[in-house]
Amino acid sequence: MSDLAHHIDAHDDHHDDHGHHHKETFITKYIFSQDHKMIAKQYLITGLLMGVIGILMSVLFRMQLAWPEQSFEIFKIFLGERFAPDGVMSPDAYLALVTIHGTIMVFFVLTAGLSGTFSNLLIPLQIGARDMASGFLNMVSYWLFFISSVIMVISLFVESGPASAGWTIYPPLSALPEAIPGSGLGMTLWLVSMAFFIAQSLLGSLNYIVTVINLRTKGMSMTRLPLTIWAFFVTAIIGVVSFPVLLSAALMLIMDRSFGTSFFLSDIYLKGEVLAHQGGSPVLFEHLFWFLGHPEVYIVILPAMGLVSEVMATNSRKPIFGYRAMVLSILAIAFLSTIVWGHHMFVSGMNPFLGSVFTFTTLLIAIPSAVKAFNWITTLWKGNIQMNPGMLFSIGFVSTFITGGLTGIILGDSTLDINVHDTYFVIAHFHLVMGISALYGLFAGVYHWYPKMFGRMLNKNLGYVHFWVTAIGAYGVFFPMHFIGMAGLPRRYYTNTAFPYFDDLADVNVLITVFAIITALVQLVFLYNFISSIFFGKKATQNPWNSTTLEWTTPVEHIHGNWPGPIPSVYRWPYDYSKLNKDETDYVLAGQDYIPQTMPLQDNEEELHH
Amino acid sequence: MTAFLTIIVIALLGITFWQMSKILKLSKTQTVEDNGVATDKDNKVQAYIMIGFTIFLYVLMFYSFWNYSHFYLPEAASAHGPGYDQLMFISIAIIMFVQVITQFLLHFFAIKYKGEKSNRALFFADNDKLEFIWTIIPVFVLAGLIIYGLFTWSDIMYVEEDEDTLVVEIYAYQFGWKARYSGEDKVLGKANVRFIEGVNTVGIDPSDQYAMDDKVTTELHLPVDRPVLFKFRSQDILHSAYFPFFRAQMNVVPGMITQFGFTPTITSEEMRNSEYMVEKVHELNQIRKERSKELVANGDVALEPYEFEYYLLCNKICGVSHFNMQMKIVVESEEEYNTWLAEQATFAETIKDKEE
Repeated sequence: MSDLAHHIDAHDDHHDDHGHHHKETFITKYIFSQDHKMIAKQYLITGLLMGVIGILMSVLFRMQLAWPEQSFEIFKIFLGERFAPDGVMSPDAYLALVTIHGTIMVFFVLTAGLSGTFSNLLIPLQIGARDMASGFLNMVSYWLFFISSVIMVISLFVESGPASAGWTIYPPLSALPEAIPGSGLGMTLWLVSMAFFIAQSLLGSLNYIVTVINLRTKGMSMTRLPLTIWAFFVTAIIGVVSFPVLLSAALMLIMDRSFGTSFFLSDIYLKGEVLAHQGGSPVLFEHLFWFLGHPEVYIVILPAMGLVSEVMATNSRKPIFGYRAMVLSILAIAFLSTIVWGHHMFVSGMNPFLGSVFTFTTLLIAIPSAVKAFNWITTLWKGNIQMNPGMLFSIGFVSTFITGGLTGIILGDSTLDINVHDTYFVIAHFHLVMGISALYGLFAGVYHWYPKMFGRMLNKNLGYVHFWVTAIGAYGVFFPMHFIGMAGLPRRYYTNTAFPYFDDLADVNVLITVFAIITALVQLVFLYNFISSIFFGKKATQNPWNSTTLEWTTPVEHIHGNWPGPIPSVYRWPYDYSKLNKDETDYVLAGQDYIPQTMPLQDNEEELHH
Repeated sequence: MTAFLTIIVIALLGITFWQMSKILKLSKTQTVEDNGVATDKDNKVQAYIMIGFTIFLYVLMFYSFWNYSHFYLPEAASAHGPGYDQLMFISIAIIMFVQVITQFLLHFFAIKYKGEKSNRALFFADNDKLEFIWTIIPVFVLAGLIIYGLFTWSDIMYVEEDEDTLVVEIYAYQFGWKARYSGEDKVLGKANVRFIEGVNTVGIDPSDQYAMDDKVTTELHLPVDRPVLFKFRSQDILHSAYFPFFRAQMNVVPGMITQFGFTPTITSEEMRNSEYMVEKVHELNQIRKERSKELVANGDVALEPYEFEYYLLCNKICGVSHFNMQMKIVVESEEEYNTWLAEQATFAETIKDKEE
């Protein structure tokens, strides 16, 4: 089957190449490009720009938390007189900032920026395809993402303010502009933006699934796929299963807001008036939201896991430990991720029996996650570790994933959740396990595949500075945060001064903010490195990391269709690092510690089944 | 102390930057070699920095536990609370045990097996036995935690209502709380937001006979050692009734009535005089005094000294004043409670006053 597909594909592309080389203009090459490599770069750069906005927002509200109600020049600049009268951040501005920070980081940076970038870049390159199954849909997908980003950014400039009901936009708060100003036009734009976002995610995901299933090159069986591809493939499936549910929730919310329906609203008295809405339930919205919302965190983390596995194996010069277990755990995590959403709702008023069920499924997820963590650690054992920046970020990923994941055992337990629910303990947990970890995955990917994207190397020394300061800063922000959560400090409080009981937490909040500012500033080093290396970076060689996978067999210069000649065939799995010959005197290929996937089985090696 | 730590951190970061810039300079002199890929020298330097980082991580964890664990809430003031705290303690012990070991192995391996040209990595792709072991250990540990947790959960959540149970309605609105007691007949009158009018602020049905002796209050008073079942009702949007000192929380949802029950076991007075709280309040007042000095210097009013009271706070984003949606809780003896309750006006009295 794959053999046939390969032939047809090669045949088609011959025609394609012929046409494209002549009529490629600036617009078709850089703007409305259908080439997956260009689309990947578009995703990355858009994602990074959104990331700058999202991180800047977090610095602003962290400053308010550390020095409540103090006047800052920087607030005047970014928030203006309406949201920061005399430079003092207003409560609406604070809520808007946390809401949009969450939305941007989760969806725009870590979903589109991470999965969008690397699925596009690596799926065709690593499975040996000329491009995505549908280049056109792929292009549409990026431009929907672009529109979605633009609308989200526009919503920041609306007079009544952007959405400010939290990134989870629970109604009735998000449905009623009388309840909070941000639920006016700002919320409408948020919903429209998300509708576009969901559409782009679906188009992208369907494309990834079809491509992985149909366009693998000859010899590339599913068990020879690099773990990156497994991760992207499964992520795309979760996306297809869960994103439409968010769309339905968003549509129902739009109807409640604008057309007088009552899906989520009932018995409401606001500003001296009883509303006509009757019979709806906000709990229904919570179910629908988290039916996406929870898989969403795995949509964010699985691609990062895939990238880290790949970077870690390459730089340890060892096969990833337990390939089969890694694949199975991805599948197990993906399956479980769709049946745990209720752990966000233990105290929502749903039946306590459901709480028991969700506790059970939630804690089960710890098992495949633990297997993955142990396998990564074992991959390092007796390796020959090359400390490239991508590798450091991968090690950092495993570290924060463990630290953040372990506290999930507390939050996933319905009983323990009662008293830490919606406190800073939760913030610390999910920022470490999905925020910081996924960002590390993103950085690992960027440092590792930058030469593939731009044909040049990132400066490694700037990379080291970037990693170490980020690593120290991230722990400095989020480790102490657990403790203020244990003190019962709720999240999304504009200031904690209304409760004298929290006065002694003020110093910790200052410490956290200092770390946050340092961490945010050092990202500038990365941005500088990223931009300047596009133009002035050292020219990359074809396979700078001595890697086995197919993307490193393509020429450094991007060409449409990826390989100048026929698509290479694959003869082995992607992790033949440091494999010795039968006599154990040398590597299989003398003097070279890796065997590319395109290398047929040699006479002097044993065939192993992984 | 924190200021001191901040300074140390900044100093360490400064040193990091300085070292990094040195590395940068050194590497620039030999540009011929630098092709952007880590060399043996890089591996060595990075491994050394990783030793420093590992120390930082462990010091940070130790420092946090040493200095911040006293932020943890005082002993639970409810009957189910100690069970909750024990489960929490066991869980934290387990996860910190795993954390300390796995972080050590991760960083230790990364440091120990730093790359060198002459070294050879071990081709080690599978080991079913090892993988089985580290699948089965989490399975057993988690099974234990799940079962333990679920028993505690059902003890807390399935409240049996009997003669003795005090039923209190907690009523949430932007941005405050009210409590409604059922009065002599021990039955809360019917209520709906559509009945809200004038003094009838929580929407009690005036035609319901059971409603007449209901008492609406702005403070929550509870008799010690008596089971209380809270019925939560929201006037407008989602709120969450969070009783941190009693290890209790439940969302307050417009359109439905949610519930949570617990038995308060420590009176406000006892909590105030507990060793933990005396020390904590002393410390808080020290901080408030310092801050007042600054405020007075700027021409503001000084902060009042703090005295501990239990409180109920809103823990679900509900609008601009979400951060200040609180209600005082007083746990007292049965007699004190009865005296206080007798002073509160019934619903019948409230509407009558209005009519006159």
